[in-house]
Amino acid sequence: MANALIDFVLVSVALLAIGIYGIAVKRNAIRMLFGIEMVINSANLNLVAFSRYIPNSQGQTFALFSIAIAAAEVAVGLALVIVAYRMYRNIDIADFRSLKG
Amino acid sequence: MVDAVFLALSVLTIGSAIAALEIRSLIYGSIALMLALSGVAGFFLLLDAPFVAMFQLSVYVGSIAVLILFTVMLVRRELIFNKVEDKRRRYAGIALMIVIMLGIGTIIIGSGLKTMDTNSAEVDYKKIGEDFLTYYSPALIVMALILASSIIGAMTLARREDVIDGQRAD
Repeated sequence: MANALIDFVLVSVALLAIGIYGIAVKRNAIRMLFGIEMVINSANLNLVAFSRYIPNSQGQTFALFSIAIAAAEVAVGLALVIVAYRMYRNIDIADFRSLKG
Repeated sequence: MVDAVFLALSVLTIGSAIAALEIRSLIYGSIALMLALSGVAGFFLLLDAPFVAMFQLSVYVGSIAVLILFTVMLVRRELIFNKVEDKRRRYAGIALMIVIMLGIGTIIIGSGLKTMDTNSAEVDYKKIGEDFLTYYSPALIVMALILASSIIGAMTLARREDVIDGQRAD
């Protein structure tokens, strides 16, 4: 193959770092979900890349499971954003502090 | 060495991932996120995993895109363009990002992964379907139940009647 394994792993590291930046810095709840999506996708990219180079089909199987679970997670996360928006009229996570003791 | 398709795909993925977090409008941000996820699907195609690539396209670019766009449109207009964040927090976040990139990057470059290459044939996707229906069939059933219950939970959460206009009704 033209591309080595390490190229895919490096792209996945870059995606992971951008996702963590988004989770750490952004105060908009929907943008935090974007960051979570990027982290999940970098993990999937790693799984499929290692499954190609070992080679073994289990990496692809786990990537499929992970994509399906991520879809469920996004559905629940967006529902939580909608409920929080209806309660607080805002999607800034600094305003969601009714659980704070 | 890397080829041109790989370079173009990585520029598309990383660039639109940054754009998704930094573009002012949330609608254009979600479209940029979809571009980044399509770039990841392109990587899956490069890795000879067409089944996972099609799954990624249909689940992420197909359904999650629509879900996020509808949620963005339910939110008030000025909140979509509103961008409140600490300057100091932002610089700390950028420093954290660079530390993660350089740290994990140097560890990976220094490790033995560099020499790993393969000449063997790709995994047949028929094997994946066979695995799903034999060895992984209990996990497949559990995943279906998780999906169904999370969709039901999301719907009941989103249409709670006791949350009206700014406070709980109780």
